[in-house]
Amino acid sequence: MQPIISVRNLTKTYRNGFDALKGVDLDIMEGEILALLGPNGAGKTTLISIVCGIVNASGGSVTVGGHDIARDWRAARSLIGLVPQEMHVDAFETVWASVSFSRGLFGKKRDDAKVEQVLSDLSLHDKRNEKIINLSGGMKRRVMIAKALVHEPRILFLDEPTAGVDVELRKSMWELIRRLNRSGVTIILTTHYIEEAEEIAERVGVINHGELVLVEAKEALMRKMGEKVLTVELREPLAAVPATLSRYKLSLGGDGTTLAYSYDVNAGRTGISALLSDLRSEGIAMRDISTRQNSLEQIFVNLVRRDAQKEAAQ
Amino acid sequence: MNLTAIHAIYRFEMARWWRTFWQSIVSPVLSTSLYFVVFGAAIGSRMEDIGGVSYGAFIVPGLIMMTMITQAIAVGSFGIYFPKFVGTIYELLSAPVSPMELVVGYVGAAATKAVALGLLILATAALFVPIQIAHPVFMLAFLALTAVTFSLFGFIIGIWADNFERLQLIPMLVVMPLVFLGGAFYSTDMLPPFWRAVSHFNPVLYLVSGFRWSFYEHADVAVGFSLAAIGAFLAACLVAIWVIFRTGWRIKK
Ligand SMILES: Nc1ncnc2c1ncn2[C@@H]1O[C@H](COP(=O)(O)OP(=O)(O)O)[C@@H](O)[C@H]1O
Ligand SMILES: [Mg+2]
Repeated sequence: MQPIISVRNLTKTYRNGFDALKGVDLDIMEGEILALLGPNGAGKTTLISIVCGIVNASGGSVTVGGHDIARDWRAARSLIGLVPQEMHVDAFETVWASVSFSRGLFGKKRDDAKVEQVLSDLSLHDKRNEKIINLSGGMKRRVMIAKALVHEPRILFLDEPTAGVDVELRKSMWELIRRLNRSGVTIILTTHYIEEAEEIAERVGVINHGELVLVEAKEALMRKMGEKVLTVELREPLAAVPATLSRYKLSLGGDGTTLAYSYDVNAGRTGISALLSDLRSEGIAMRDISTRQNSLEQIFVNLVRRDAQKEAAQ
Repeated sequence: MNLTAIHAIYRFEMARWWRTFWQSIVSPVLSTSLYFVVFGAAIGSRMEDIGGVSYGAFIVPGLIMMTMITQAIAVGSFGIYFPKFVGTIYELLSAPVSPMELVVGYVGAAATKAVALGLLILATAALFVPIQIAHPVFMLAFLALTAVTFSLFGFIIGIWADNFERLQLIPMLVVMPLVFLGGAFYSTDMLPPFWRAVSHFNPVLYLVSGFRWSFYEHADVAVGFSLAAIGAFLAACLVAIWVIFRTGWRIKK
């Protein structure tokens, strides 16, 4: 697959001297769903804003569909639709006027059928002659999505699309994103909710303090970073972990009825079989065993913590 | 050139104008017409003719200029300030639209509105006072040049302003006095020599004088000066806007 967006050594220093991006490299593949995950203030919006032409970069380069965003900005921007984080709408315009304006602005010739279709896709069709100020928050957000889609972009940026959005809309948003993605649109969304990245994305980029900590396919990331936890349910409760098993760093839970053992999937020896046979020779009877993979959340916390330790060490 | 975008912006702005019909069309025409009623019909009959023109008719060109200048600045500045204020500017910045295309769309719409207002006021004035237009082509040229120049000036103010107070600052403190003292209500011949000399530093005087000449062939300064003055101001605004967009000043972070 070809990268549709290439970001090279991108830096941004705001006028007050703050370094919001410190040399980001990122390739975004055509047709993928990429989540940019990071805490508030990590630099997600800054990164997106530079790619979309709203903020000027301080250094580095970006190409979109092979077009440099500085030199060949017109071609680059034509490919992109942006749904910004903040709610910005033409309050006194009708839904129809605002959405068809966006199509014209992006140089696409008037096509009422297309506008109708986008509005229908977002369940806005019966509100098309309504002034935007009269719509609910969720509907306003859908108007913003409609504005971003009506010029038929190949790439869609969604900056924190589910901030302040109810469960119902969130669900229909994921559906819409998948549907768009199936039709070939590359999707980049930012979030600071790990569950969101986990639910929708194929690849996840983790941003912290203006640096891209890593980018991985979601499964690979979870596997690679994934500590697994083996939980053993016991027939008889234990008062304490026997001293002979101390090398396994077991933790006793469930009022002494479960033993939890953390191991690294990627380690050559996970120690599982040794643990199980030691349990048996201790005469500890097992009722059940299960394993659980770390969620992206734990992975993320680990990464950021490691980052902070690295910083402290410097 | 993204002509479709220019057209989209222009249409969007014109639609807003129609939607606020009473405030943006009826109100300026009505308030300017009150001058004709007061000065043309009521007081005008007691005033001497100026250069062979009745006072009521004499003030018409200046009043049209006054309204056009203030409206062009107001509309031109608001058109670009508003997206900045509510945040919808993100869309203008992320669109494949060049700064000059933005300017053509917004300033074009503002200038169209100003010209339309100017003509509406002229038509209204003709109901109250006798009007004659000696040089219609010059008249329209002054109308169009003034509308474009001050819409562009307004656009620059709209980009510069980062709050509503600043948006009003220059129109209220600088433009309003200049326009009021721009010779709409009198000929500079009527002033004492000192004030006559001072008034020649007022750029609006050149516009009013040239515009009035195209009606009655009565001018305070030579028509060539009037054209040069408006041309110079237009050029200054164009340079300013070029610099603003080159540097991304106050628009991009
Ligand atoms: N215009 C600005 N001037 C100065 N600092 C800014 C500006 N915009 C954002 N920042 C700072 O840059 C950092 C990254 O911001 P942002 O990209 O919005 O983060 P995120 O979207 O990941 O929450 C934050 O610390 C923020 O305070
Ligand atoms: Mg953000």
